Amino acid sequence: MSRPVIAVDALEKTYGAVRAVDSISFQVDEGEIFGVVGPNGAGKTTTIECLEGLRVPDGGQVRVLGLDPRRDGDALREQIGAQLQDCALPARLRVGEAMRLFASFYAHPLAPAPVLQSLGLADREKVAFGDLSGGQKQRVSIALALIGDPRLVFFDELTSGLDPQARHATWDLVRGIRAGGKTVFLTTHYMEEAERLCDRVMIIDTGRIVALDTPAALVRTLGAEQRIDFRADGLGEDVIGAIRSIPGVGRVERSADHVVAYGPSDRILPPILAALQAARLTFRDLQTGQPDLEDVFLALTGREMRD
Amino acid sequence: MSLRGLAIFTRTQATLYLREPIATFFTIFFAPLFLVLFGLIYGNEPSEILGGRGSMDVTVPAYLGIIIVTVGLIGLPIQTSVNRELGILRRYRVTPLRPLTYIVADVTAYWAMALVGMVLLVVVGKLAYDIRFEGDVLSVLAGFTLSTASFLSMGFVLASVAPTARVAQTLGMVLSYPMMFLSGATIPYELLPSAVQRIADFLPLTYVVKLMRGLWCGKPWSELGLEVLVLTGILVACGVISARFFRWD
Repeated sequence: MSRPVIAVDALEKTYGAVRAVDSISFQVDEGEIFGVVGPNGAGKTTTIECLEGLRVPDGGQVRVLGLDPRRDGDALREQIGAQLQDCALPARLRVGEAMRLFASFYAHPLAPAPVLQSLGLADREKVAFGDLSGGQKQRVSIALALIGDPRLVFFDELTSGLDPQARHATWDLVRGIRAGGKTVFLTTHYMEEAERLCDRVMIIDTGRIVALDTPAALVRTLGAEQRIDFRADGLGEDVIGAIRSIPGVGRVERSADHVVAYGPSDRILPPILAALQAARLTFRDLQTGQPDLEDVFLALTGREMRD
Repeated sequence: MSLRGLAIFTRTQATLYLREPIATFFTIFFAPLFLVLFGLIYGNEPSEILGGRGSMDVTVPAYLGIIIVTVGLIGLPIQTSVNRELGILRRYRVTPLRPLTYIVADVTAYWAMALVGMVLLVVVGKLAYDIRFEGDVLSVLAGFTLSTASFLSMGFVLASVAPTARVAQTLGMVLSYPMMFLSGATIPYELLPSAVQRIADFLPLTYVVKLMRGLWCGKPWSELGLEVLVLTGILVACGVISARFFRWD
């Protein structure tokens, strides 16, 4: 395997008494879409900003494209593109003007017109940033991240605030960027996004790595081919115990009124319903399906990821 | 970054400034409007207290102070802190744009805005009141540039210390408006009571007004040493302070 595009060793960052990032180590390979997922406040943005050189780590080693983001920042910034969380452009700046301005920052930029074209923004060139829809603004921020023809692109919460349709369209754009030979490093708090989009996923929680692998491998670690998922009020330990003792039930996860039981659903569903009925509990939101990254997070942290 | 890059960034900043109607009004149209208004009241008859010059002859160079303080202490701090609040400055920080390029382009754009205001003011003064000009154009431009740079450097300090755009706006206005009236920019220094003159001597804008009026009526630089020294001192001190405390996020 070639040299890693990103190599992080024991990265640490503390704000006052809060350890935002607590000794994180990982590598990102050329040409992959690498995702960092975790709830808000898990340390995703701090991690990405240490890689971009916007923050100084308190400890550990960071190498991006073989460079130290602090010491070799100028050389690094020529080769990366970034979309930042909570970043707008001046409302009266037009899309075409923004593209030409950002192109002028780089030594070897792409031509603005084809980049806008590829993002479906060709007819927006003369429109002021403030007059664009949310999805269009997000596509402009992607265009600006690509204008310098970077080897590595950072997206921080790229799709937050977008409706599902715009989110799916954005995933296709990100896949297109990877298909163009670039490496993508992104953060998200949507588990579905990580699962559908990323080649490898790093789950972090309270500044630590909880798991790091391909989405399929992470789901496989649950060791269950199917799951049953429902909510009920007044769940006691006795009911959970009864469900656990049903033959075929693998693991049972519980978070407040939400229960997930793993196992062959055809076989375990009737006895689970019987156990609930015996306890005179009514259930709701009953679902059966394949386990996904949400289940992985629940299994590893005992908590639910929420949007 | 190339000179071409610097030019593109400067033009973008100036364009954005011109698209803010309020900023444009106060920088470019406010002083000429004021001039017409006060010209209607005072006229431009020669006056003994003004050394044989008319009101408008001394008002035009003094009003340059209004333009300079508006750009330096209101325009730049507000725009800079708004850009910081929007995350635009952080966004620039992840591109190869050098901080020095950003600052040079920004200063050049504001200077150009102030220059447009100056030209319009002089043209209006000439057409409406046939004002007298006894200085030399290059000296006036040099003095104007020093004054503008000095006030823009103060603006960068304001933008550095103000936590939000709202605070920057308030600070800028609180500093600017009294200064406009107490420095001789609106009311000629000679007409101020001596107690106010003593206050005026502590206001940076007073030195802009004295420098510009001096150069306008042909005083040699050698007689304007104090003004040049004060404005250069401010420029250096504020440059050092902003280099140390300027925040990109």
